[in-house]
Amino acid sequence: MANAILARPDMAHLTLEYFALLRDEAGCACEEIETAALSLDALYEELKTRHNFTLPASRLRVAVNAAFARWDHSPTDGDHVVFIPPVSGG
Amino acid sequence: MSTFLLTEDPIDPAAFTLALRRDEAGGYCSFEGWVRNHSDGQAVLGLDYQAYLPLAETEALAVLSEAETRFDILAASCIHRIGTLAIGDMAVWIGVSAPHRDAAFTACRFVIDEIKRRVPIWKRERYASGHSEWIACHEIMDGS
Repeated sequence: MANAILARPDMAHLTLEYFALLRDEAGCACEEIETAALSLDALYEELKTRHNFTLPASRLRVAVNAAFARWDHSPTDGDHVVFIPPVSGG
Repeated sequence: MSTFLLTEDPIDPAAFTLALRRDEAGGYCSFEGWVRNHSDGQAVLGLDYQAYLPLAETEALAVLSEAETRFDILAASCIHRIGTLAIGDMAVWIGVSAPHRDAAFTACRFVIDEIKRRVPIWKRERYASGHSEWIACHEIMDGS
């Protein structure tokens, strides 16, 4: 579809929650944003620039509404998005 | 029946251990992870843990369920502490009951390894030198 490559006119309102290094770098645990990003990948790049995140997307996973999601997933209005840095439980 | 608990309170495994008892069980194996006073040559004062609660619970329960499927065990449970911990505090507890010891040992090892590898929990080490650092041990891979 020709319009699939265009930034969509409607902005999605998202809730972002940060943990560990991303929380420290963002300077907040949670924020609400409006984005035109068409994928979670694009959304992370947008945030990486804004917050100067040091972790590349290749080292992260991403979850939407408390379930792991694909990077090409298109965030929709009301989604709760969490980028997951390398884990270190135990 | 698996149980997973994330808690800010000191871990007390007594009730969880009791819940693993079965008439069919010939043994029980547990693992406790403690906060130690050093890491990579640096003196450590304590740890701070964060967890993404809903996904940590889902993923930890998946690990426990996989252990019950893969090994000849009767039940497996896990408690993980979050918040601020001091040297010597218990950070994680795993318990497994089984008809025979081999499966209990193997499943217990499997559960702690998988919890460390793929459950969204993070630790920050606080060093005697004054700085602190989030530890990045395992990048969770797609399909894991």
